[in-house]
Amino acid sequence: MRRASDWRAHRHPSWWAFVAHRVSGLALAIFLPLHFLALSTALRGDAALDGFLRYTERPLFKVAEWGLVVLLAVHLAGGVRILMIEFAPWSGLRKDFIALTCGAGIVAGLAFALALVH
Amino acid sequence: MDRSGDMLRVAIWRSRGDGGGFAHYDVPREASQTVLDVVTYVQRRLEPSLAYRFACRVGMCGSCAMTVNGVARWTCRTHVARVADGDRLEIAPLANLPVVKDLVTDMREFFDKWARARGRFGGARTRRDDFARVDPASPARRAADAGIECIGCGVCYASCDVVRWRPDFLGPAALNRAWTLVNDSRDTAQRERLAAVAGDAGCHACHTQGSCTERCPKHIAPTAAIAGLKRATARAAVRGTLGAEPR
Amino acid sequence: MKRAAAATAAGRSDAAGRVLADAIRQGRRWYWQRMSAMVLALCVLVHLVTIVYAVRAGLSAEAVLARTRGSLAFGAFYGVFVLACAVHVPIGLARIAEEWLGTAPRVADAAASALAWLLAALGLVAVYGMVAG
Repeated sequence: MRRASDWRAHRHPSWWAFVAHRVSGLALAIFLPLHFLALSTALRGDAALDGFLRYTERPLFKVAEWGLVVLLAVHLAGGVRILMIEFAPWSGLRKDFIALTCGAGIVAGLAFALALVH
Repeated sequence: MDRSGDMLRVAIWRSRGDGGGFAHYDVPREASQTVLDVVTYVQRRLEPSLAYRFACRVGMCGSCAMTVNGVARWTCRTHVARVADGDRLEIAPLANLPVVKDLVTDMREFFDKWARARGRFGGARTRRDDFARVDPASPARRAADAGIECIGCGVCYASCDVVRWRPDFLGPAALNRAWTLVNDSRDTAQRERLAAVAGDAGCHACHTQGSCTERCPKHIAPTAAIAGLKRATARAAVRGTLGAEPR
Repeated sequence: MKRAAAATAAGRSDAAGRVLADAIRQGRRWYWQRMSAMVLALCVLVHLVTIVYAVRAGLSAEAVLARTRGSLAFGAFYGVFVLACAVHVPIGLARIAEEWLGTAPRVADAAASALAWLLAALGLVAVYGMVAG
């Protein structure tokens, strides 16, 4: 038999960065085809797209949109960190980039929220 | 704070049939006590049948690696005072390796993967040839030097989740060793080595979780080595030389 | 490049050749995921800024389509964006399926290819709908 690591082995920033990157990617991957389908209502004319856009005015939708924007910013920043680790000269696990990723999520979330209430 | 005189409540993994569980022991605390001291005390005074591995007990051989409070460490270099959860200590065998008995794991697959990654030097010179000239300040040699201190303790392998998810994954130590040899200008087995470390059994399965680099007691960065292998194998694949017979 | 690799792989014994061919394919997949990631890094940055501005202006069909209808720049940019997504997303999902769902590699890869085509089709249709309408 083999023993497996539990959560105590995962208490370090690089691991959390991995989880955030994978979970955000998964959520965005599920969202993407829906996003394409929604936008293709424009094929049936402006009125069709407008109908859909009014449907998204509901508060639940706005919260979901906000969440997706934050996840997109997190996935982007985390992805840039991976590209740095894999292609740039080695400079550690780039924990400064992990902080930047959190910052990017906060900035994107704030910008979107402010734009919504504007 | 000198805690000698207090008691530690220690949970140690014991094999039972095909599985196992934690057995509990009370161990007196001492000043500057290490986790290896605790295990040794239990085996000598409380439980003679406890199986565990150690050799140098001074942080040179890597034999005493175990899972302490959930994290892979060298027990001889881990002070109880630094890792004890109050008065509790949990000691288990390394993760990701078959358990032989109690705290002893079967390291064969770890070293087999080392060999599968072409982690051995292959040279062309004989004693009749002149010495190879290697500039120690060259980028390649510095990259190799950053990884050659590995003593094969298995802490990185036990800390890696990709090893758990993909049984074929060669693991951080084997890939790190391969990278030191990729950067060795004297080695002549480069094509076979790059072919051996490419793909999902090799470097491309690494997700840069960084647990290996975070936990390595010698402060080696297998993540850096694996990133280097990713670039080297991609370059070879694009040029069509990955695994190709030398012309 | 594919043919050269297959030829060298054929020079070996069957099993070893297959292992090597697999490794080459997986390495190439890693490469394309990272290349598409670099493209997406730029696209997503532009997209995020655009979305924030669009939401401020108010999301109505007129406001959005006024900017996209007949715009070659929009079509080109989002066309590239869609294709990069079609490369990037399925590779990531296939890895998750293999590692967390225990999916066999061949099955995961086949599903990934199918998803890539689906995303490209859906996405390009959406871009077309917003440009040509």
